[in-house]
Amino acid sequence: MERDDVIEYSLDTHHDEAHGKKIRKKIWQVTAILTVITAFEVGTGIVFKQSSEYWQVIKWMFIVLTLVKAAYIVLVFMHLGDEKKSLKYIILVPYFIFILYLIFISLWEGKAIDAALKLYGA
Amino acid sequence: MAGHATNQIDASSLWGGKVSPFSTSYGKLMMWFFLVSDALTFGGLLISYGFTRHDAQASWPIGEETFNSLPFLGHGYPLIYVALMTFILIVSSVTMVLAVEAGHRMDRKGVTKWMIATIIGGFFFVGSQAWEWSHFIHGSEYGKVELADGSKATVSGHSFKNFTVTKAGHDFKKGTYETEELLHDFHSAVLAGKVKDNKFKTHGGAEVTLNTNADGHLKLIIKEDGKKFKTGKVIQNHEANELYYEAINSGTRNRVTYGANLTSNEYGPAQYGQFFFFITGFHGFHVFSGVIINIIIFFGVLRGVYHKRGHYEMVEKTGLYWHFVDLVWVFVFTFFYLV
Repeated sequence: MERDDVIEYSLDTHHDEAHGKKIRKKIWQVTAILTVITAFEVGTGIVFKQSSEYWQVIKWMFIVLTLVKAAYIVLVFMHLGDEKKSLKYIILVPYFIFILYLIFISLWEGKAIDAALKLYGA
Repeated sequence: MAGHATNQIDASSLWGGKVSPFSTSYGKLMMWFFLVSDALTFGGLLISYGFTRHDAQASWPIGEETFNSLPFLGHGYPLIYVALMTFILIVSSVTMVLAVEAGHRMDRKGVTKWMIATIIGGFFFVGSQAWEWSHFIHGSEYGKVELADGSKATVSGHSFKNFTVTKAGHDFKKGTYETEELLHDFHSAVLAGKVKDNKFKTHGGAEVTLNTNADGHLKLIIKEDGKKFKTGKVIQNHEANELYYEAINSGTRNRVTYGANLTSNEYGPAQYGQFFFFITGFHGFHVFSGVIINIIIFFGVLRGVYHKRGHYEMVEKTGLYWHFVDLVWVFVFTFFYLV
């Protein structure tokens, strides 16, 4: 028996020329954004050395910009932004929970080991 | 009731059981699951890099000091080359998404065109990485030096002028040679501790003298503590030259390290080289396999397999993989080169 009441319908995988034009415009916009961000990062990296007093700010700016770039790639290029909400979150949420935990635990531990090595000698 | 029909059904995305979880096809969902697991692998690798870096903070090398060369142009261009690599990979990601878009319009010519562009971009990236590796492995003119007090320092500057062959061997005739021509022989002699008063012998028996620039001063940055110098100290001018040439002419083996291998490297701790090889290598392997997969799908497009099937979902799935490779590089770029 056909159970079409439980079928959820996929996004239309085909589109016409007019819609395609809009999508292509978006793609080129994202390309421009990614290029500008990368150029900006390299420029900043050349101007500000790691010994600079602003380095902490710059470092965090780099990390945030990286996440912005990653978001554009995942949501636009990989079309995750156009998928169903349930799929989007089932991919992103477990990943972020696990990775944030891992970042916290290992960087914290790394610093502790650095301190211990300095205190007691390698 | 959940899941009421609102749209015309797209039969191609139904699974075997006639349902379609998350409204995507089976293949696409499995590709996403694979990418999540691969992302965990890369996440784990980059985080372990961060762990090691945090427990060796003082002596960790700085990206813009390590990667500052361009092909044919030499040193003094910090980060430009990797920026170029990043740009190549972003552009090939764009051409891939354009191929997917063309596929949605069933535009076979468009898919063909953009797939070719993507494959070319991929080859360019793999080639650039080969150059980068080669440069990383061979290292700089001066290498990393162990000073008389046991501290280790990276070296930069313009001190080597050229080489003069004073007695011909069967590899070099008498005369003056550019630095690059005899650098390899010079490095082997330094490693073997066989340089005396800036003079050494090549494998072919030629006797060579190293000539230095009279006003060319070196700059030493201490990376490992010794008895006298501590990490982070910068030594310049006359003192730097004296310390460096003492090490070169000491007659002791392995006072200088050139380039990188798995046990040591001139840039920083051994783990730095190991992580560099493993993470960029693993990523490069992904790019390479991505190119191969793209080529296989490209032949499918040429033969009209997907056109007959009525949709270009295969292009979309390889596209997902290709974008993922770009995504990983964005993070490698930040954590290896920028911060």
